[in-house]
Amino acid sequence: MKKKHSIMRSIAAAPHVFWSILFIILPLIIVVYYAFTDSEGSFSFENILSLADYAPIFALSLELSVIATFICLIIGYPMAYIIAKAKPERQKLYIMLLMLPMWTNLLIRTYSIMAILDDGGFLNSLLNTSLHIVGTKGAVIFGMVYDFLPYMVLPIYTCVSKIDKNMWEAASDLGCKPVQVMTRVILPLSTSGIISGVTMVLVPSISTFYISQKLGGGTFELIGDTIERQFVTGALNTGAAISLVMMILILISLSVMNRFTDSDEGGIIV
Amino acid sequence: MKHLSRIYLILIFGILYIPILTLILFSFNAENSTAVFSGFSFRWYIELFNSPDTFEALRNTLILAVLSALISTVIGTAAAEGIYRMRSKLMKSAISSVTNIPMMNPDIVTGMSMMLFFVAVFGILGLSGDSMGFVTMLIAHVTFCLPYVILSVLPRINELGNSLSEAALDLGCTPIQAFFKVKLPNIMPGVISGMVMAFTMSLDDFVISYFVVGSSSFQTLPLLIYSMTKKKVTPDMYALSTLVVVTIFILLVISNLKSGKRVGDKRKGGVKK
Amino acid sequence: MAKLIELNGISKSFDGEKVLDSINFYIRDGEFVTLLGPSGCGKTTLLRIIGGFETADEGNLYFDGVEISDVPAHKRNINTVFQKYALFPHLNVYENIAFPLRLKKISEEDIQTRVRDMLGMVKLSGFENKSVSTLSGGQQQRVAIARALISHPKVLLLDEPLGALDLKLRKDMQNELKSIQQKIGITFVYVTHDQEEALSMSDTIAVMAEGEIQQIGTPTDIYNEPKNAFVADFIGESNIVDGIMLEDNRVKFSGHIFDCVDGGFGENEAVDVVVRPEDVDVVAPEAGMLTGKVTSVTFKGVHYEIIVDIRGFKWMIQSTDYVSPEATIGIYIEPDAIHIMKKSKYSGMFGDYSSFSDEMDRLSDADAAEEF
Repeated sequence: MKKKHSIMRSIAAAPHVFWSILFIILPLIIVVYYAFTDSEGSFSFENILSLADYAPIFALSLELSVIATFICLIIGYPMAYIIAKAKPERQKLYIMLLMLPMWTNLLIRTYSIMAILDDGGFLNSLLNTSLHIVGTKGAVIFGMVYDFLPYMVLPIYTCVSKIDKNMWEAASDLGCKPVQVMTRVILPLSTSGIISGVTMVLVPSISTFYISQKLGGGTFELIGDTIERQFVTGALNTGAAISLVMMILILISLSVMNRFTDSDEGGIIV
Repeated sequence: MKHLSRIYLILIFGILYIPILTLILFSFNAENSTAVFSGFSFRWYIELFNSPDTFEALRNTLILAVLSALISTVIGTAAAEGIYRMRSKLMKSAISSVTNIPMMNPDIVTGMSMMLFFVAVFGILGLSGDSMGFVTMLIAHVTFCLPYVILSVLPRINELGNSLSEAALDLGCTPIQAFFKVKLPNIMPGVISGMVMAFTMSLDDFVISYFVVGSSSFQTLPLLIYSMTKKKVTPDMYALSTLVVVTIFILLVISNLKSGKRVGDKRKGGVKK
Repeated sequence: MAKLIELNGISKSFDGEKVLDSINFYIRDGEFVTLLGPSGCGKTTLLRIIGGFETADEGNLYFDGVEISDVPAHKRNINTVFQKYALFPHLNVYENIAFPLRLKKISEEDIQTRVRDMLGMVKLSGFENKSVSTLSGGQQQRVAIARALISHPKVLLLDEPLGALDLKLRKDMQNELKSIQQKIGITFVYVTHDQEEALSMSDTIAVMAEGEIQQIGTPTDIYNEPKNAFVADFIGESNIVDGIMLEDNRVKFSGHIFDCVDGGFGENEAVDVVVRPEDVDVVAPEAGMLTGKVTSVTFKGVHYEIIVDIRGFKWMIQSTDYVSPEATIGIYIEPDAIHIMKKSKYSGMFGDYSSFSDEMDRLSDADAAEEF
């Protein structure tokens, strides 16, 4: 009686629970199934074992995305801070300016960068040079930074702007120099924003395939490209195995990072 | 310090906007080039409007975005209310963790898993990949939109608390009436922003759509753009993007003016008090 | 007057912690009843059980002789004025008050007359189209009362409704609530932690602590004849000292034998003795029944509040005459100012004026412990 009562209380969540089981959990189970079977459908470790071949690709993806995330943080934090300290009307304008590129399709933005930086592209024709940019690691990193910078700035901005204005005054009242206010008060208080910014940049960077296709000029392959190639060529079992490993790695690192934030919303806001 | 900050912002925003501005510039290029500007013309806009493919993709994209926004908003809002009313903390966090999976997972993994799921289901049902497309994309879009809706509705419900619903019950509402007459109107801003977020997520999605579209010929704009950028892009894509950017810009400005007005109203109310 | 609400052995726990322990209690029709107690005593939970927002783990709840333990809130003829009013922000004043009527499919004309009448009663005529968020605290309060009364409930529950108002407004609203209750003649069940509010408004007060009802009675009963040290301390100021009841009408405390007017205790029974600060007269040391040294004097406007150390126990005395700190004074107590209570689990916890709050008590205890 009591039990039934408590289930009825949350009956509104039932469609969602049903949906999640069917379209989130079940597909993940199928990924696991594919990862551990061969193309005939019989059990096999082969896909997982063959992943060793892809280790250099994993490493390269990690390298580029970590660099890009770091650059985003270095550029994005001051930006978020400046925006958060601006007058309210200006804050709005800046946030709008930040959102607008996000709302432009990523493919188009990336393509447009390629068109600018390409060997025969806009930049070279404008400067009358023949710089070789597309096809370098730098170009891919630039693309990642460019595409995902707003994802770094927004959560940090939200976090910094929520810090009580009195906090600055209290800190300087207690004898902090401006730099100390920053390092001892503001930075620690914005950890949760930094962490969610880092995840929001790192996850799409590490798994991208479009940016590397366009700005990498086909010279190197990232893990996203590998998965996409398995998909296109129909090597679904290998694709599933790589996806599985990538997912596990990302979920582990996310939960490790979440340890650092003890916010109440921890469960729901990544 | 102040100047330094300003210069810094201008610099970063400048870099952020160069590709978009060049894209707009080249949409008016007279020649078929995205590198050399050779004169002003509306040629690509005219070509764009004469292309049935683009229009169909645009229509598909909008239908898909509207439907997935509506469905995910209904399911997600109900879910947020259900999660709020849940007594068991364990159950709550279990559901939120599962809900968040599509948001935390890279799109490519979500796309891959859903694709494999649909392949399996279609295999069992004896359907070919050609019949994938709209339905599978709709399901996938609703799935990845749901966390955003819940994320924007749940805090509102938490913030609102129980008191208004209790007052409604006290005054004679049935629990369902209490939800629709009192709770829903008060969490509406969260519901709307969830819906808008879902709509734009769906509008913008490429990766997951790319994986779940199967061998069907169903096209959305991002899919069309992808297939076009496989070859050399002609400026008509730029023209399309320019139109999208301008539309979004106008929408943003309008919504900002509106919310700006609301803030102003509130301030007036505060003074009166 | 007939019993309207009856609670029978009501118990309730949250997360294994008992907040209500087998409450037995009834409320008569047309009565103004106050549940009075410190925060965490279970008074709000009790109110929420009557309102239908919580279900009791054990016990029965009767309304007009009918068991209503399982009747949901919206089907009870009981309405509530909530702590923070819970006005609907998306509706204006008129629509907030009309809300319960709209659910009942009443004609628009009837709604209009009833809302107008109600607005008149709570003195808000002309506020119909205001948004509730622009109203002051007192006005919001009136809207909440009007909204709760419009569908003619038999009982109105009020959960600390004046808590958010400032002192003067609170006094006005106390009078107004009382007069509204008398005018419409329905039962009010009022929850508060403010003893003054309870004393000035109620017909009956139920003093609660730790999930139990300590005493039920009229305000004068409760003030003059507190049942135990908790009630004596919570209602008004009290000096509570240990005493021995020698025989009827004779009690010994602080080393002196006093005449008193209480009896019915066993011979030489240990008791708690309550003396209200205003009932203690300051006299010359040689004329005093007890003598002590003044430790502090605070001017309170109508009187001085004098703390006197008598044999290590700090007494509070309210006197209109000034005495100097450090002075030695005598005190005199009339027999009918001495109230004798049986020992209870609250004995020794209250009634000494070394400090005013429990928190300071704990701090000074810690200090004392450190000194040893």
